[in-house]
Amino acid sequence: MAAKESTRVEYGKTLAQLGAENPQIVVLDADLSGSTQTHHFAKIFKDRFFNVGIAEQDLMGTAAGLALGGKIPFASTFAMFATGRAWEQIRQTIAYGNLNVKIVASHGGVTVGEDGGSHQAVEDLALMRILPNMVVLAPADGPETRAMTRWAAAYHGPVYMRTGRLAVPVIYDDTYVFELGRGSLLREGGDVTLMGIGIMVQTCLDAAALLAQDGIEARVLNLGCLKPLDWELVLDSARRTEAVVTAEEHMVTGGLGSAVSEILAEHCPAPLKRIGLRDTFGMSGKPEALLKHYGLTADDIKQAAYKVIARKANHLALPVMDLKAPKMAGR
Amino acid sequence: MQEIARQVRIDIVEMLFRAGSGHLGGSLSATDILVALFFGEMRTKAGDPCWLDRDRFILSKGHGAPAYYAVLARLGYFPREELLTLRQFGSILQGHPDSGCTPGVEIPTGSLGQGLSIANGMALAARLNGHASRIYALLGDGEVQEGQIWEAAMTAAHYGLDNLVAILDRNRLQIDGHTAEVMSIEPIADKWKAFGWHTLEVDGHDIGQLLAAFQACKGVKGRPSMIIAHTVKGKGVSIFEGQKKYHGVAPNPEEYQQALQELGAVTGPPA
Repeated sequence: MAAKESTRVEYGKTLAQLGAENPQIVVLDADLSGSTQTHHFAKIFKDRFFNVGIAEQDLMGTAAGLALGGKIPFASTFAMFATGRAWEQIRQTIAYGNLNVKIVASHGGVTVGEDGGSHQAVEDLALMRILPNMVVLAPADGPETRAMTRWAAAYHGPVYMRTGRLAVPVIYDDTYVFELGRGSLLREGGDVTLMGIGIMVQTCLDAAALLAQDGIEARVLNLGCLKPLDWELVLDSARRTEAVVTAEEHMVTGGLGSAVSEILAEHCPAPLKRIGLRDTFGMSGKPEALLKHYGLTADDIKQAAYKVIARKANHLALPVMDLKAPKMAGR
Repeated sequence: MQEIARQVRIDIVEMLFRAGSGHLGGSLSATDILVALFFGEMRTKAGDPCWLDRDRFILSKGHGAPAYYAVLARLGYFPREELLTLRQFGSILQGHPDSGCTPGVEIPTGSLGQGLSIANGMALAARLNGHASRIYALLGDGEVQEGQIWEAAMTAAHYGLDNLVAILDRNRLQIDGHTAEVMSIEPIADKWKAFGWHTLEVDGHDIGQLLAAFQACKGVKGRPSMIIAHTVKGKGVSIFEGQKKYHGVAPNPEEYQQALQELGAVTGPPA
């Protein structure tokens, strides 16, 4: 059994380390510092931690003001409240103003579990991906969380990063380096590409192992940098395998499935299946039961892979029409 | 400064007439407040808009942009000819303030209720940085109907932000009518006091009272200050004063001529 780490915990610990390294880093929370794990930072750097109470709109505005004053603010709360309640504050001030604010939101996806649909953000990536200037990240494991958190602190501009509640298997080691706009190839394979984000990256690897038992070789990508997305890797993989499955703990609309669909539809229309929630909210239950209910298991990905592979037979050879990725807008 | 305010009002009328749209009433009600702040109180450098020790200003009621732009131009942040491009394609003067376009503007505003939180963050940053900067935020009176204002009111008091001064442009009108009819905000001074703010009330068209209030706020320690500035929407032009219809419309040619006459303008565009 592989070691497990929770992305929110690794975020919190890394933030506390960064606090010691860079005095410009300040942290804000909205009464959830124990859950988001910003309490690690808060304990050590009392004068640089600001709890604004249960007031997410004020959280984002205050973070914006601190960024304008030259600080590097990390603002944390649950993904649902950060991107839902405070979407317009993020849009009007942080994204429109292109401010150096890092929004790191925990409790993304249905694996929040028992708290139910009100607390399970399954649309946060969509809400952030639509915003100009915003970088959108969702780490797959502990090492990637640490790398992305450190990267975000060093990058100048708005960043949204989603963390999860549960401990998840460790995929990378600490030599992993995160690069903006780059995905990573985790497994070679010529029959189908499985493209995952967040906790679904491990599920894609598990699905690839299942497919291998049937003699099917799946290529597996981690696309934890959702915006800007690694166009070249997506297109190259689609062209090589001519069959694609995306997997996300999120709606299939607006997140990774949409982003990949948009690229493939315009440039390389390979057979595609999207694994994720379909026009529905979450609900209470054990995380494992919910993943099964919403079709987010390795077996679901395996079945989807079979379907896209079957569609390949009727498909014309796929030219790659344009490999140029769009630049981040920037202001 | 009264003379500057008169000229700023002329600029506002001129800009809106040229643009064919914009927020007249709330620009004219806020003019004396802005002039007192920028010409009599704040430490800024037009030639160095990012000067670290500057005092900061946020126009939380972003629709007052014409008045803000006219003041910034007079201070030399950008050429005054730019004023006549207000709201046009490619202009550095957007319909609502945009820091990405306009020198001197700190942050985009226009969606109401958000500026005070940003001001709080700036005040916290100034404190952490050991800067003596003071932070000023101008709020509309209809704007305080937004819930986020009261979140920010709590935060400012909780963190004892005595380097923060909010000014309320109490012109008593919003788009749909009188604030008392649309959504009553009274007793507004008591509300701010109850939230822990040092609260003063002044005539928002009396430059002397405004300057005295800014000075008085400097002596307050451990809590933020709110200056409720009683104003008249459309101030300075009789046909605009107290008329809700001029919240968000430009003057027609007859109104434009009358306004320039009442404001004592020499004919023609701003020189």
